[in-house]
Amino acid sequence: MLDAGRHPKIRILAYSEVEGLKGRDGNFEIKIRRKARYVKEDVCNACGMCVTKCPGRALDAFDMGLRKRTAIYLYFSQGIPAVMTIDPEHCIYFTKGRCRTCEKVCDKGAIDFEMKARVETYPVNAVILATGLDILDPSHLTHYGYGKLKNVITGLQYERLINATGPTGGHLERPSDGKLAKKVAYVQCVGSRDLNNCAYCSSVCCMYSIKDAMLAREHDPESDSYIFHTDLRNVGKWFQKYEKRAREEYGVNFIRGRVAQIEEDEECNPIVWYEDTRLQEVKALKVEMVVLATAATPAKGARGLARLLGVRTDPYGFIQTKPDEPADTSRPGIFACGFCKGPCDIPEAVSQASAAAERVAAFISQTAGV
Amino acid sequence: MKNSKRSSGDSTAPRIGVFVCNCGINIAGFVDTKEVAEYAKTLPNVVFVRENLYSCSEAGIRDIKQAIIENKLERVVVAACTPRTHEPTFRAACEEAGVNPYYFEFVNIREHCSWVHKDSRDDATEKAKDLIRMGVARAAYLEPMEPIIGDVTKKALVIGGGVSGMTAALELGSRGFDVVLVEKDKALGGLLRALDEIYPWGNKASTYLKQLVESTKTNTHIEVLTSTEVTDVTGYVGNYDVKLSTLEEPIRVGVIIVATGAVPLVPEGAYGYDARSKISMYELEVMLKQGKSPGKRVVMIGCAGVRSNERLYCSRICCMTAIKNALLLRKRYKAQVTVLYRDLMCYGTRNEEILAEAKKAGVRFINFSDEEPPLVEKEAVKVKGAILGREISLPYDKVVLTSALSPAPTNESLSRMLKVPLDEYGFFLEAHVKLRPLDFATDGIFVCGTSRWPATITECLEQSIGAASRASTFLATGSAKVEPIVSVIDPEKCRGCGLCVAVCPYGGIELVETDQGIKARTIEVACKGCGTCGATCYRGAITMRHYTNEQLVAQIKAAFAKV
Repeated sequence: MLDAGRHPKIRILAYSEVEGLKGRDGNFEIKIRRKARYVKEDVCNACGMCVTKCPGRALDAFDMGLRKRTAIYLYFSQGIPAVMTIDPEHCIYFTKGRCRTCEKVCDKGAIDFEMKARVETYPVNAVILATGLDILDPSHLTHYGYGKLKNVITGLQYERLINATGPTGGHLERPSDGKLAKKVAYVQCVGSRDLNNCAYCSSVCCMYSIKDAMLAREHDPESDSYIFHTDLRNVGKWFQKYEKRAREEYGVNFIRGRVAQIEEDEECNPIVWYEDTRLQEVKALKVEMVVLATAATPAKGARGLARLLGVRTDPYGFIQTKPDEPADTSRPGIFACGFCKGPCDIPEAVSQASAAAERVAAFISQTAGV
Repeated sequence: MKNSKRSSGDSTAPRIGVFVCNCGINIAGFVDTKEVAEYAKTLPNVVFVRENLYSCSEAGIRDIKQAIIENKLERVVVAACTPRTHEPTFRAACEEAGVNPYYFEFVNIREHCSWVHKDSRDDATEKAKDLIRMGVARAAYLEPMEPIIGDVTKKALVIGGGVSGMTAALELGSRGFDVVLVEKDKALGGLLRALDEIYPWGNKASTYLKQLVESTKTNTHIEVLTSTEVTDVTGYVGNYDVKLSTLEEPIRVGVIIVATGAVPLVPEGAYGYDARSKISMYELEVMLKQGKSPGKRVVMIGCAGVRSNERLYCSRICCMTAIKNALLLRKRYKAQVTVLYRDLMCYGTRNEEILAEAKKAGVRFINFSDEEPPLVEKEAVKVKGAILGREISLPYDKVVLTSALSPAPTNESLSRMLKVPLDEYGFFLEAHVKLRPLDFATDGIFVCGTSRWPATITECLEQSIGAASRASTFLATGSAKVEPIVSVIDPEKCRGCGLCVAVCPYGGIELVETDQGIKARTIEVACKGCGTCGATCYRGAITMRHYTNEQLVAQIKAAFAKV
């Protein structure tokens, strides 16, 4: 990230959105809306003084809503560019008309409440789409109890819990009572491979759930993990070896069966109901926390962006590419890589990114002078 | 090649700055970084110490640069995480603040300290102090260096004329770079020649192949050499001299792309394979292409010979190949097809759609468990349906073993010639399995397609277009920049015995005639600074730049110094 941030040929326009694209044959004009941060990017040095004094509070999106942040905030500590942003929906000044504490404590004078969003136009030769993914909010899948049962969380929330910089400092403290979760169930295909939600396979959940289970064991050798799965799709380099290690060295329990229902007891311990398809028996397992491997979807807004740019999407909203031209979208000069064109893991995304860069280079060399 | 500047290290009293990183709580959670920072202030030559929450963040870097300028620092020590990921970042920060990047010393107090001593904060803190004391001692003896810049021959060699090799060659050719494409077989095409229909493209492999071969042959920048094998490779990034079996003279290329593909595994010994009534999926593919029906009752068995202790990998594409051919058999011959599987690897969007299509078309799927594999008898396959919970008997005309792709047998000799590694199965091993999938650790050599790992045709295309991009970074600039951390040979001490040449894994040393007789000489662009030559030289004639004896001795002395 820092390499990209420091590269002399790369200009990063963060907190910005594409508003339109004009032109053809490698002569495009792209309109970009630079949203108002209310903080001057070239002045703020992210010292954090404002954060210590800001009285506004909002759920921290980076920490998957597991803790609160201030209304003036740094999205995450290693983010690029390292500057603060004011969230006008939760800022006391913007909502109630007085406060401006951040302005008073900022000795750099970086705060600018008068800042307006502005639209800028850039001439470009080509465009690469790399808008990534979002995860399906599993609240409407009521049988899993997400949103109702406190100790049922998503895979991304788990990532924040187990992360040393996360809200619990890397301790697997479960949301209901802060107790360390020692017995955790990981539920696969939550919304994926589901005709009523995402009919496709999200491709990365099997592996990340195994990783999550192994991490839990590394944090606490006494802990127990249960992965509820159907097909275990570990097809990448060394993935089978990884799965074997999880089984043999980390004692991760694999149970073949889709979870039907999650309930809880009076101590908020989730009870997972499932059919063990190996034994053809319906069973229940009491655990201390459940992690849902929720379906990965195209990023929110990706469909709108595709429409704006005039590129085709598939029925799920992923950017469509042809099997024999995997980096090219339906519109010449616009290329795509990564999860925005369909589920993929990191090495695939990196390969695709190189491919998209190559296609841009080839496109520019062919259209140069047009 | 530009010779790098060298000046002797001025160890009299350099002004050293030390930055202690908290890495959030990755370090600060287990090491008393405040105490460590206070301690660093007491070390010789240290004139400035700062603690950062994240030294690598933009704010952290800005802070370091500012401190260098304001305090006229001459050496910079960062005590943080690993040089593997962050050394380039901090070196660049030094350079941008006017300090030679090789005046930077990295001390790892995360992997080497906080992460491995989580249970003992006091000991971890003491160890961090020791490591920093050592780093500071070495920093005083660091020498400034300039990167080595070598010329690059603007020509690429692509090894392998299958779909990956041709695509990589075409990409480079279309951008005007000259390419030599070698194929050991008589014709281009690789495995694609044996295939019938390709999914999800919905067209014939032969149609696509014809187009691809035509474009490759007619591209004026691509020289195609069939029936040709690579027999020897010498040289280094920018200038590889490659001997080919069909050419007298070696050719010189700047970069090499490995696209040698894989071979279908012959499932000898699995489920009574006999190449007659029990055939491999590859053999079925060939039959389909020839328009031959395998019969009305076909049973396919998954994972034949793979995902076992012998070959502990999933070949990624076999499930989809089976489903595709099952559909073809239904459509063309109205055959009754049963697919026996352990896990169905239909990852992503389109694969899942094809699976649904196959189910709708009446292909039967029966899951079996690893412990109870199917039993192939004379008339029927007996399988315990793991979800049904009972045994089923499936009479057959043909049993098709869905066997895997297996590494090409030539990988081994090629890996030796190119000095690039293979993984434990025999596939080529990239520089980083997650982050650098198309590079080798050796500069100027790249990998794509099934020589790296089994992949679908679309995935092969992504990788080969990507590898072309990686290779073009050298071709486009015409120069290669490498680390100046290389071996230095003292001609006074060298006797020209050639031991160092023999042990160098990168072909980075050569023997040359000089006025003083035969002497070893470092090829700086090829040298990786591994130090093997230095350890081998019984004359003590070879030292490593950036790891000089005085630097290391200072570090060792500091390790045992009672402070």
